[in-house]
Amino acid sequence: MSTQPPQQEHEESPADSVDETESTPPAQQRREDAKADKRGRDAQRQAEDDAAAKRDEPTRHIKVFRYDPEIEGKQEPRFDDFHVPFTKGMTVLDALIYARDEYDPSLTFRHSCRQAVCGSDAFFVNGEQRLGCQTQLSDLNEPVRIEPLPHQEVVKDLVVDMDHFYEEMEAVDPYFDPDETPDGELAEQRQSRANREKIKMSTRCIWCGACFSSCNIAAGDNQYLGPAALNKAYRFAMDEREGEAKTQDRLETIEQEHGVWRCQTQFSCTNVCPKDIPLTEHIQELKREAVKKNLKFW
Amino acid sequence: MYEHDVIVVGAGGAGLRAAIAADEAGADVAMVTKLHPVRSHTGAAEGGINAALRDADSWEDHAYDTMKGSDYLGDAPAIETLCQNSPYEVIQLEHWGMAFSREDDGRVSQRPFGGLSFPRTTYAGAETGHHLLHTLYEQVVKRGIEVYDEWHVLNLAVTDEERPEDRHCHGVVGYDVATGEVSGFKARDGVILATGGPGQAFDHTTNAVSCTGDGQAMAYRAGVPLEDMEFIQFHPTTLPSTGVLISEGVRGEGGILYNSDGERFMFEHGYANNDGELASRDVVSRAELTEVNEGRGIEDEYVHLDMRHLGEERILDRLENILHLAEDFEGADGLEEPMPVKPGQHYAMGGIETDENGETCVSGLYAAGECACASVHGANRLGGNALPELIVFGKRAGYHAAGKEMEPAEIETGQRGEFERATVDSPVELGEGGSPGDAVADGGAVAAGGSADPDTLLEESVAAERRRIEDLQSGDDGIHHSKVRSAVQETMTQHVNVFREEEGLKQALRDIRDARERYTDVTVMDPSQTFNTDLLQTIETRNLLDLAEAITVGALAREEFRGAHWRAEAQERKDDEWLKHTLLSWNDGAPELWYRPVILEGENKTYEPKTRSY
Repeated sequence: MSTQPPQQEHEESPADSVDETESTPPAQQRREDAKADKRGRDAQRQAEDDAAAKRDEPTRHIKVFRYDPEIEGKQEPRFDDFHVPFTKGMTVLDALIYARDEYDPSLTFRHSCRQAVCGSDAFFVNGEQRLGCQTQLSDLNEPVRIEPLPHQEVVKDLVVDMDHFYEEMEAVDPYFDPDETPDGELAEQRQSRANREKIKMSTRCIWCGACFSSCNIAAGDNQYLGPAALNKAYRFAMDEREGEAKTQDRLETIEQEHGVWRCQTQFSCTNVCPKDIPLTEHIQELKREAVKKNLKFW
Repeated sequence: MYEHDVIVVGAGGAGLRAAIAADEAGADVAMVTKLHPVRSHTGAAEGGINAALRDADSWEDHAYDTMKGSDYLGDAPAIETLCQNSPYEVIQLEHWGMAFSREDDGRVSQRPFGGLSFPRTTYAGAETGHHLLHTLYEQVVKRGIEVYDEWHVLNLAVTDEERPEDRHCHGVVGYDVATGEVSGFKARDGVILATGGPGQAFDHTTNAVSCTGDGQAMAYRAGVPLEDMEFIQFHPTTLPSTGVLISEGVRGEGGILYNSDGERFMFEHGYANNDGELASRDVVSRAELTEVNEGRGIEDEYVHLDMRHLGEERILDRLENILHLAEDFEGADGLEEPMPVKPGQHYAMGGIETDENGETCVSGLYAAGECACASVHGANRLGGNALPELIVFGKRAGYHAAGKEMEPAEIETGQRGEFERATVDSPVELGEGGSPGDAVADGGAVAAGGSADPDTLLEESVAAERRRIEDLQSGDDGIHHSKVRSAVQETMTQHVNVFREEEGLKQALRDIRDARERYTDVTVMDPSQTFNTDLLQTIETRNLLDLAEAITVGALAREEFRGAHWRAEAQERKDDEWLKHTLLSWNDGAPELWYRPVILEGENKTYEPKTRSY
């Protein structure tokens, strides 16, 4: 399935989510029953929290996309509603963790560092690609709608298949490749401060995939390298320590049919980048370099 | 079943460096990681990498600073190995293109860090770990090294001879997060654990949610001793609401700490009359909490870290990442106002006992990075010494596992050579006591059957893990692991923190015992085979139980004040009695405490313990 927003929404409570089938073996049946009981309690707790919400205790309402290919009741995508007690500074990720730990342990999303450097928790929040950990609930309109990144296959709930993104990242020879390293074991390959500054922003990429998900071109052309991979190519093509021949190689890679010329400078990638990398500018600069290279060999 | 010469578990800095080294040495190497490599927590390291690169500096000075920083509990052969090799490994990173900050002449920049006698911390802005992690992953991609990403290692396949020193590790059992497939990974030559620290045993930590000490717990239960676990570093500058780290680089560049009276307390209250804010981390953390406890904290919780006087240009050049972190996670503008900070769990000095080649006492099993204890950091790690440890010891473990010829290690592992058995006055049974043989609680590798034939051993280990998963998913009406985990985190943060006292430590052991018993009733609520994070976190929580207990046992046993370990009942360092490492062996579920003397004899000198002042 794809992550295009589904046409209809199911507003079910978690307690209603799994149908039992006739052929369930006894052990599994017990398991399912126990889980249904647990979900019943969770639903009750959710109801209590809902009641708390009505009593004006501060809560926030999130609507979370749910899908699991093997669990009945989740095979059709739906949205679940959770009302989460609000504390100052609470992020979208905090709300998801609370909903998972307190209401529904099957709620699934990637997360790790909680500080916007591991790039695990890019979601589609109120219609925009955001890192869950970096997005304050207080800045969002309710209900806060949390979906998986669009244009990527959904594995389960908010988890998308990142393999295609990784393949594009690895298609641009994403490693430093100088002609030679200096003689002497402790000799440095000096780099000017200006050149380091030039590549600085491009090195901040955390591979979250927000840009790739926001890009209309990538959505329509499955082979388009996409903004993150082109930015990775930029990082090396602009590094003064690599040799001329390697730079030419890199420019050939990025100006192939599914490379820089596909970019229509819509700036959607730049707008969603959580590390403020000027992706569109970098792609434009690569286009200019490619033209210069072609003129030189013409 | 998958099969390779060398299996590296974990793909942060140490794991990536180990895999590159094993590949260079000609081995068929594969990495197995529960995340994707670029998600690893090495990426969150900020400050830098210590390396004696300049003529006015020397590896000997770096070693001296490190030994002093360790409060004389580091082993000299490990410390000297670190300091001799760090310059070469840093330049290797530089040759691999890492985006170090630069001086006007194009050379790598270095800045002062706490406890260093020379400004030898190389850095890349305030995001050094991010650059290190990505640079190493680029080299793994370049070499085409196989990476099984989002494969969670559940256990080690270790034989079951009576003495751990006679056992052999033949591989690991992995769980494919996406599909729920359980499979063996056979290692013909060696398994290298590079799984990071146990920070999630605490609730105010700079560590990622994934830092659950899995490798430490698995090695421990397979018979490898855990060393010096009581030594936990509390970083003095973390954001109060989230635990997000504010780099020591802020103080290295000249940032100042103030209390609620506006006093520069590091000097004005005499905590470190020479080095002030740049005293060692343990010293600064205790100073901050003392200020708060004596009523000079802000909101009775934190102190202020002010960097405004450094000026916008310098901040943007060297510490820009800090502005983003303070803004995004605390709503503070570091250019306009001081940032609120308080101590938070940051790093485990202890870990899996290894020698300076990364080998454990179980043959074929290695460990490197934060999960390991060589021991470089002793009782307190200096800022900027974690990242060089990853690259120096990651490389050595990779070489050794791949069979490259290396000098024999000087450090003993396991119960060999000089050691003494000991006991600890625990108010409750430790380890598996009280719940023997319970498959849900059991994560023990040896219990899997432990055949001598590698293939049979792997098959038995896989079958044992499949049973464990089935049991975890089939409990009826159990409790959710998150309740157990938060109980452990709360007691650890309350009782096994910067300041420790006997009764509190005993209470922590009671609470952990209670949590263990509750864990035997734990149930995974999510029945799915697809991306079941409920299952995996439940398994991680089991690991945290064993590690929290090990940390607390060490803290209760060590009746002295050394480095990061402060005891109310013993306000001094006792060199006559305690120049020794704490070791804890799982002992098939009945943990056994023992000690081994510290090695203070270096290559050219013996390090004499001195009063540690900054």
